[in-house]
Amino acid sequence: MTLAHTSAAAAAAVAEAHRREWAFVLAATVRVTRDLDLAEECCQDAYAQALTSWAADGVPARPGGWLTTVARRRALDALRHESVVRRTLPLLVADEVEPAADEVLAAAEGTIPDDRLRLICTCCHPALAQEAQIALTLRLVCGLTTGEVARAFLVSEPTMAARITRAKKKIASARIPYRVPSAGELPSRIEAVLDVVHLVFTTGHTAPAGADLVRRDLVERSIDLARMLRALLPASPDVAGLLALVLLTDSRRATRVDSGGRLVLLEEQDRSRWDRQEIDEGVALVRAALSSAPPRRFALQAAIAAVHAQSTTWESTDWQRIVGLYDALLQAWPSPVVALNRAVAVGLAHGPAAGLAAIDALTDEPQLAGYSYAAAARADFLRRLGRFDEARLAYDEALLLTENATERVFLETRLAGLP
Amino acid sequence: MAQYLVLIYGDEKAQADSGPKVWEELHAGHVAFGHKYEHALAGGNALQDTSTATSIRKDGSGSFVVTDGPFAETKEALGGYYLIEAADLDEAIAVAKDVPMPNGGVEVRPVMVVDMDR
Repeated sequence: MTLAHTSAAAAAAVAEAHRREWAFVLAATVRVTRDLDLAEECCQDAYAQALTSWAADGVPARPGGWLTTVARRRALDALRHESVVRRTLPLLVADEVEPAADEVLAAAEGTIPDDRLRLICTCCHPALAQEAQIALTLRLVCGLTTGEVARAFLVSEPTMAARITRAKKKIASARIPYRVPSAGELPSRIEAVLDVVHLVFTTGHTAPAGADLVRRDLVERSIDLARMLRALLPASPDVAGLLALVLLTDSRRATRVDSGGRLVLLEEQDRSRWDRQEIDEGVALVRAALSSAPPRRFALQAAIAAVHAQSTTWESTDWQRIVGLYDALLQAWPSPVVALNRAVAVGLAHGPAAGLAAIDALTDEPQLAGYSYAAAARADFLRRLGRFDEARLAYDEALLLTENATERVFLETRLAGLP
Repeated sequence: MAQYLVLIYGDEKAQADSGPKVWEELHAGHVAFGHKYEHALAGGNALQDTSTATSIRKDGSGSFVVTDGPFAETKEALGGYYLIEAADLDEAIAVAKDVPMPNGGVEVRPVMVVDMDR
């Protein structure tokens, strides 16, 4: 192999290890440094060193172990010189006495502890604002740069940098512990983590503004995060539910937008192009997710997605079952948006008049007043009922409420198609 | 170990309008809290209400402006505090959740450690 060949292979292996192992490497390094910034620097150095070392010596059998060892060695070197550069933030609180630094490295590589759950629970601590939780998770757990996180959430890089710095400062100064929460606390803390992963997914799946309906990078990161949590917490039905939900929703990605970038409704999607592998995996997970009684939010949302995924046509969809699942979801996780989705399902199970009545019953919900989907769903039922003047008004309202270019084109097409 | 100040905020008017029974319950609640967290408490007091407050600000010319009333007018006013010792924020939050807070809530603030050698 030529040198160019080997360095290209090494670069690919490093990129792969960055995506798969960053959280593991950083989480293990934070335990040594008890300082997030220093740990990040050491990990970045380790990945940079991997580029040259792996090109020269080949890719190690366990890239994550190699990177962790290098990053932790760097951390220890830095800590030895700590008196030179005084730290600006207090050390993170960890829940056990650390072995002497050199013992950490003397321990066999195979015994590096998996601290990813600590890392993500710290990033998603309820004492941090949710936007900070999301930013920290993408930056520390997924290894995105501040610029990448900023672009994902359509804010400027200095704004995002300030948000991340402020969150890190709070973790250190308020002593948010670097720890897996106690058994009693864990379920509510995992709920916060799942909310963050789900928000990353929905942000990627339906970009709020701009020309791209889907931001693939965010979708993939959220699936990676959900898979990581599933590996860490295999007994959690909530985690199974979230992973099922993101896989089943993502399975339709190839058919949500046509070649011209226009939004394609579920009704009109070419189901033969749905991702069978994701569907099979998602459906199997739904069974695990529904094992808790009563079933919870993500499990029920995934079960609804599974009904769609398993229907060969729109017409053969079991709408009665979907209405039943929405009824259960309204119990488990009441929200006006769920009530709206239920109303739409009622219309599909029992006809547009029933659907319109169900939507109109929700007009008092202030949260739905500014929600484009409510107006769009209403417009659709009015169109099906032949009440075109009212449908026109409802489409106009929906258009006023969405900035997503792809959704706008869809609504404009429907509006123009009215007789 | 670190110290946290737990600031107790509440609606003074709602508290003032409540009957003696509510006051007794509140008092009993704080006594019970004090026993339960004796090991963690480093201090604490209830404050007279904001109608007794006096605020002092420096004016531009180097003297002081003294005014009647709290520093900031809010619906939920500072009514008391506890100074607690806790290993970390999770422990502090667990203690703070047990503070009686009938008409409001509490704010948990880490105490800044000032390094005098610096």
